[in-house]
Order: sequence, then C-alpha cells, then structure tokens
Amino acid sequence: MSLLEVRELSAGYGDFQALFDLDITVDEGKTLAIIGANGAGKTTLLRALAGVVPAMSGSVRFDGEDLLAIPAHKRVERGISMVPEGRQLFPSLNVRENLQIGAYSGRPGEWTVDRVVEIFPLLERLLDRPSDVLSGGEKQAVAIGRALMSNPHLMLLDEVSLGLAPVVVKQVYAALPAITGTGTTVLVVEQDIAQATAVADDLVCLLEGRVRLQGTPAELTREQITSAYFGIEAAS
Amino acid sequence: MIWVNAIVQGVLLGGLFALFATGLSLAFGVMRFVNLAHGDLAILGAYFGVTTSDALGVNPLLSLFIVVPAMAALGYVLQRYAFNYAIGDDPLPSILVTFGLGIVIQNALLERYSADSQGLDAGSIETSSIELTDDIAIGTFPLIILGVAILVLGGLGLFLARTRMGRAFRATSDDPITARLMGINDRNIYGVVMAIAFATVALAGVFLGIRQTFGPSDGPALLLIGFEAVVIGGLGSLWGTLLGGVIIGIAQTVGNQLDVEFGFLNGPLLGHIIFLVVLLVRPNGLLGRRSR
Repeated sequence: MSLLEVRELSAGYGDFQALFDLDITVDEGKTLAIIGANGAGKTTLLRALAGVVPAMSGSVRFDGEDLLAIPAHKRVERGISMVPEGRQLFPSLNVRENLQIGAYSGRPGEWTVDRVVEIFPLLERLLDRPSDVLSGGEKQAVAIGRALMSNPHLMLLDEVSLGLAPVVVKQVYAALPAITGTGTTVLVVEQDIAQATAVADDLVCLLEGRVRLQGTPAELTREQITSAYFGIEAAS
Repeated sequence: MIWVNAIVQGVLLGGLFALFATGLSLAFGVMRFVNLAHGDLAILGAYFGVTTSDALGVNPLLSLFIVVPAMAALGYVLQRYAFNYAIGDDPLPSILVTFGLGIVIQNALLERYSADSQGLDAGSIETSSIELTDDIAIGTFPLIILGVAILVLGGLGLFLARTRMGRAFRATSDDPITARLMGINDRNIYGVVMAIAFATVALAGVFLGIRQTFGPSDGPALLLIGFEAVVIGGLGSLWGTLLGGVIIGIAQTVGNQLDVEFGFLNGPLLGHIIFLVVLLVRPNGLLGRRSR
C-alpha cells in the first residue's frame, strides 16, 4: 500500500517555482532516495511535504489523508517528521533538550532519549552539552534523533551527508536499519549517488523541478542515473 | 545615611521597574517584538484596577484577580489577531503597530477618565513600614512589590528552563520555522508570550497606581524606564531585567537626592546617563548574551 502519493505537485517560494507537476509514490515501510544536482528541487519537495513551503497546485495524500490541508505544526502529529538541511539544532537548547523537543507533539511510540543514544552511542557523553559546540556529525546525529523522538511514520531526511567526513557519513547511515526496522518509511535526499543506491529501495532523480528518472537501484544503470543527474541526453 | 536610604529606596523602586519591564524583556527575547505601547498598557491596567475596585467595592489588590487574567486574555487576542502580522525579521512593523496602539490607549483613557490624576487606595498597607534604623525605614508595600518582581522573574526563568512549554518558547525564539517541524505552533506560542507580558504589565500598573498617582499620558515616560532597564540588564536576560530595574530605581532616588542636596542632576537624568554609559561600555547589557 502506498503511504505517500504526490500528484502533479507544484511548489516554490514566492514568484520562484521550484517544483513542476511532480508525481511520486512512496510505499509503506520502504526507503526512497531522491537524488539530483543542486537546485533540482529536492529540498523544496521535502519542505513542501513538511508544510514549511506552500504548495502552488497538485495534491498530496498521506496515509489516506489530504496532507496539503494540514498546517505544518500538525503534520508532526500525523507522523511526518523532518531532519532539515544544515541540521538546524536549537542553539538555546542543550543536546538532551533538542531531543526532548522532538517529542513535543506527544505522538506515542517507542523512541526515547535512551533509545536514540542506543543507536547513536556517541551522544551519550554529549547529552548535557550546549548543542552549538558539537561537530557536524554529532549535530547530524542529534538532528536525526530529534526527528525520531516524534515516532514518525514517514521521516524526511534532507542532505544527510552534506559537509560530513566520509567516515562520519558511514556512522550516520549505519543507524538507518534501526530506524526502518521500526516500520518507519524514509524519504532521503542525497547528493552522493553511491550512498543513495546502497540504502534505497527506490530511487527518484529530479532535474530542474521535474522527475527525470525513477526505479529500483537494481533496474537502473549507473549511466542512466548519471545522465539523468546532469541532464545529459542518453547517448543512444 | 541619607545616601544609604536613597539606595535602599531605589532598590525597592527598582522592583516595580523590573516587574514593569518583564513583559518588554520577554516579548523582545522570544519574538524580537518591540512593544511601544507597553507603558500605556501599564496605565491601562491601573485604570482597569480603578474601575474594577470601584465597581465591586473592593481593595485594588483584590481587583488584580480580575485585572490580570483579563489583560492576559487581551494580550493573547491582540497577538493572535494583530501583532502576529507585524512579526518578522524587520522590527519596524511592530514598532508602528504598537506606537499606534499606544496613541489609541492614551486617547481612550482620556475620553473615559479625563486628564485628572488618579490614585488607587489600598488602605493601611500603603503607609505601614519596617524601621531598620532611626533614619531608614522600608515600606511594607514596596517590599512586597520587590518580592513579587523576584518571584515573577524567577518563576518565568524556571518555566523557560524546566518545562516542556518553556523549551518550546526557546526553540521558537531560536528558529520559528524549524520549531514548526517539531509540531510547535509558533503563532500560539507568541500569543502565550504576549498574554504573560500583559499579565505582568497589568500587575505592575496596579502596583504603580497604588504607589503613586497616574494620568492617561504617563505611559511613554514609563516605557522609557522599562527600555532602559531591559537594555542595561541585557536583552533576553530575565535576571538582567531585574538588575536593570534596580539600577534604574537607584538612579532615580539617588539622582533626586542629588537634586535636593546640591541642585545637581535629577532622577530621570541620572538614569539616562547610566543607560548611555552601559550602552557604550557593554552594548549587550550587563548580563546579556553575546550576540550569536
């Protein structure tokens, strides 16, 4: 059964339209990776799903409900949570408080501060630190933990590996099975194609606000993905 | 001894100033909202106390049980349905809206109550005092005001630091868009902030009305004192606001004493001078966080 159905979605900021008639379907329990170059509309798509970028037209059904009619702060209750680009931790809150605020919506489930520390052991000794002194990888772990604290049905992960050392990216992605293992559906935006094909059940490649290519990592060839990514017409 | 007394009385007066400035400090700290009507709101609260205690025939201190919740409700409604449209990176809309509101309040009070000065009569508590030495006596009521100011500011500090809603206040202050991603309705948070601001300013207004006489156009002078207290203490710091209030209070009483003894300076002027010196030496205020 499909959890999320995006139909002919257009969205953008003010006069600037970033998404054009986008169609995407995400099945329950699956991990979908969205790839594409800078400015392809990946972040806009995630922010439109989270409700902090307005949709211009089209429809989004989530769990059978019309998502676009629900304001951003109520979408968390319905089970959508987001790890924003650049982590966006709250500097006035320490690490523990940043995790606790993730549970603000009160959505029931199994995630607690202790469970988050289980999948990100590096956080244990950092819990009482201010959040703005952490390294990029530590911040990313807190941001993912914070999103998990709302016990999401669908988790939106934006630019997870951006600005992180490869070894840290590996650590962060190592936590993904523990997340999907609880039945959470994941929509991940990733610039690193190898990383995306490794973790995803399905791939969508965006180019200039439109879906250029989609399929499972097994179906798609490296060449197809590369040409869709850069917008080069297939050679043959 | 005169000077020790001036300082003691200044600390007590500072309690009132700090209580008055609490709402300014909170609204600016959480939502960068500059409320130019804050002084007029205190005066509105005082007149509200007059009408309520007259109508019910009770002590103005008892009228607080009606005035404070009613002003809090007014604050919430004004924020949700007016001020929220003026919030943003640019503080100018908030300044214009509240400047206008201040004029409306002043003129409405003038229409309703005339320009005559009024006072609130709280009975014997106003004149009772505790004698420390032959020269120094502490007024019971000013002492109560200082105690209430400490309780309110301390309580707010605990609320912000320890509670779920306090965390939401701080998160919204940091980044309202990301706060929405946490399920926080930032518009509602702003409403609650303004409700607290109005409640504390109403409390301060009624206390002020018991301590001294007041008229419809006294708001702007009060606003200046409040701003000075907030800036001296440090923007966004509640304990700083208490400290700033006390410093301005001492400046008033010591300045007035200087005027009486030597015909040199006066209360408000000394307050302004201290304010300018602090701005020059510590632009972030005495307890302010360094800008992020």
